[in-house]
Amino acid sequence: MQTSVKTKTLTMIQAITNGLDTMLEQDANVVLMGEDIGVNGGVFRATDGLQVKHGEERVMDTPLSEAGFVGAAIGMAINGYKPVIEIQFLGFIYPAYEQIMTHASRLRARTMGHFHAPIVIRAPYGAGVRAPEIHSDSTEALFTHMPGIKVICPSNPYDAKGLLIASIEDPDPVLFLEPMRCYRSTKQEVPDEKYVVNIGEGKVCREGEDVTIIAWGAMVPIALAAAKALANEEVSCEVIDLRTLYPIDRDIIAQSVQKTGRTVIVHEAHATTSVGNDVLAIINDTSFLFQKAPVQRVTGFDVPVPYFGFEDDYLPTTNRIVHAVQKVMNY
Amino acid sequence: MEKKYPIQQVMDEQGNIINSSYEDQISEQLAINFYKHLIKIRIFDRKAISLQRQGRIGTYAPYEGQEASQVGSALALQPNDWMFPSYRDHGATMTFGHSLRNILLFWNGRNEGCVPPPNKKIFPPGIPIATQLPHAVGAAYAEKRRGTTNASIVYFGDGATSEGDFHEGLNIASVWNAPVVFFNQNNSYAISVPIEKQMKTKTIAQKALAYDIHSVRIDGNDIFAVYFYTKQALERARNNEGPTLIEAVTWRYGAHTTADDPTKYRNQAESELKRERDPITRIERYLQNKGWYSDSTKIEFEKAAAEEVDQAIAEMEAFPKANPEDMFRYVFEKPTWGIEDQKNELLSVLRGES
Repeated sequence: MQTSVKTKTLTMIQAITNGLDTMLEQDANVVLMGEDIGVNGGVFRATDGLQVKHGEERVMDTPLSEAGFVGAAIGMAINGYKPVIEIQFLGFIYPAYEQIMTHASRLRARTMGHFHAPIVIRAPYGAGVRAPEIHSDSTEALFTHMPGIKVICPSNPYDAKGLLIASIEDPDPVLFLEPMRCYRSTKQEVPDEKYVVNIGEGKVCREGEDVTIIAWGAMVPIALAAAKALANEEVSCEVIDLRTLYPIDRDIIAQSVQKTGRTVIVHEAHATTSVGNDVLAIINDTSFLFQKAPVQRVTGFDVPVPYFGFEDDYLPTTNRIVHAVQKVMNY
Repeated sequence: MEKKYPIQQVMDEQGNIINSSYEDQISEQLAINFYKHLIKIRIFDRKAISLQRQGRIGTYAPYEGQEASQVGSALALQPNDWMFPSYRDHGATMTFGHSLRNILLFWNGRNEGCVPPPNKKIFPPGIPIATQLPHAVGAAYAEKRRGTTNASIVYFGDGATSEGDFHEGLNIASVWNAPVVFFNQNNSYAISVPIEKQMKTKTIAQKALAYDIHSVRIDGNDIFAVYFYTKQALERARNNEGPTLIEAVTWRYGAHTTADDPTKYRNQAESELKRERDPITRIERYLQNKGWYSDSTKIEFEKAAAEEVDQAIAEMEAFPKANPEDMFRYVFEKPTWGIEDQKNELLSVLRGES
């Protein structure tokens, strides 16, 4: 007898709500915390309806106090709870950076496993939605540099739910980055039931032979659009969605770049000291002799993520990716 | 405002009980137990400084002068309560049951020092300033939600009250009515910066007013005041009456750590005058007044404490050398491939493999 999985067509933000709802139902220790997440359902409505359904004790509006409630969440986490925190925008996480940097990430190491902080910090991030100043930061590298915290970044509804559930179940602290640009841009069939997408596993979104394009978050659809445009010019691009930025899926990168011999890395974060540079190091370590051309990077620039008058010029575009691919093809 | 927050004493400098409401609660056994712990943590502190001078441990943060604050508050706790110390509160942690060997290991650069004995809910020392306050609030709030009567106590100095985390911690504790006691040891100096340059307010206790939480300013060298006011604050917490801020006014005779020189920033004659208010001298006077003191008991306590500390030093020094693998083992529940690779590379170099 065949069992069919019940699914719903959801946007990424709806898939996230669904994932949070699923975990609130499954695990009594899961608590949602953040500013405006209760009655208001969060600034992006990620927690819409969850307080009515699960109560104020499970879906808690906190004071406007990023360091305070991330710190308090650490205290709750060492005492049996699994706090899932919403920071309204990644650009507002900096007051809590000290708590993440000096406590959450290193608690297990400091205490040889006696204490650990299984918290999930959800943060909408990235440019492209005409948000006000500071709301569009893409500073994932600040967190991947820090030992002891995992960094996740889905690009579609299915992965968002599966990775979110995996993050909540993970015993280590997780920063869960949600590309705002993907929140409502596409819909996908998402299973109603609980499922996980494994942390640390990337995904081949499009298979190809000539060039590997590596991207994450809101850059994945742009990379796919570039691959489609290049197919018309008979360049076959393989597109990889990293999905986890720490720990990166080394094998999927090595496998693909050893096949194609050419790589373009795409991210909207600033170029210097970026996650993309780590991808480059992985290619260097695993696949140096397979390379037919120097790896190209298409990134945001080393300027503060600008106010949205400059946004279209700041963000990587399909056009810039096509140029980079042509560069590695013609090397 | 200072008048609204007078320094509460139970015992004056001469060891006389001046607040009779506590008198019948002070048995000989209680007082002697306090005295014994005070002697022990002072001996530990002096010994640790000497170990640092001999290069047998690393930089150390002494607390001499603050013993009554640490012992009195720690003895007010119940075994299932939580303790969140700063780096100067190992007197409190050992009174609450932390292992002396592990405390020494901490000062000797070992992670084992952050590991409390089983079933002792002692958080590792807070190194950044004031960041442990929100942790204590969260742990306390978790107890409240589970319906226990356990509470948290968190220690911090006067300088910490200038930090954002102090205010965020007090605010959240107030909103959540968390069963937490904020135990401030006001020793008048944040390393070298005197309190007058730290804050315009004359008291720390008054800072609780803004958060509508209970506060009290006490003589931190009066162990009876520390014990009874902390106990009251903990009872309030257990009865769901909310958090308390205690300002224990005390004095640290020595340096901030063994790496600085207090003669550079503090008048030493003034510091020596504080010996007249010394917490141990004070309880000795009390015991003498009551006829409960004898030189032989003191010598016996000092001898027992010195033996216990020496035993801990021996255990610390006999402790196996740090295993480099441990550096990699606990970053995540399971090491990532990067950490695993780095560990294997280091081990292979250490084994002399090419």
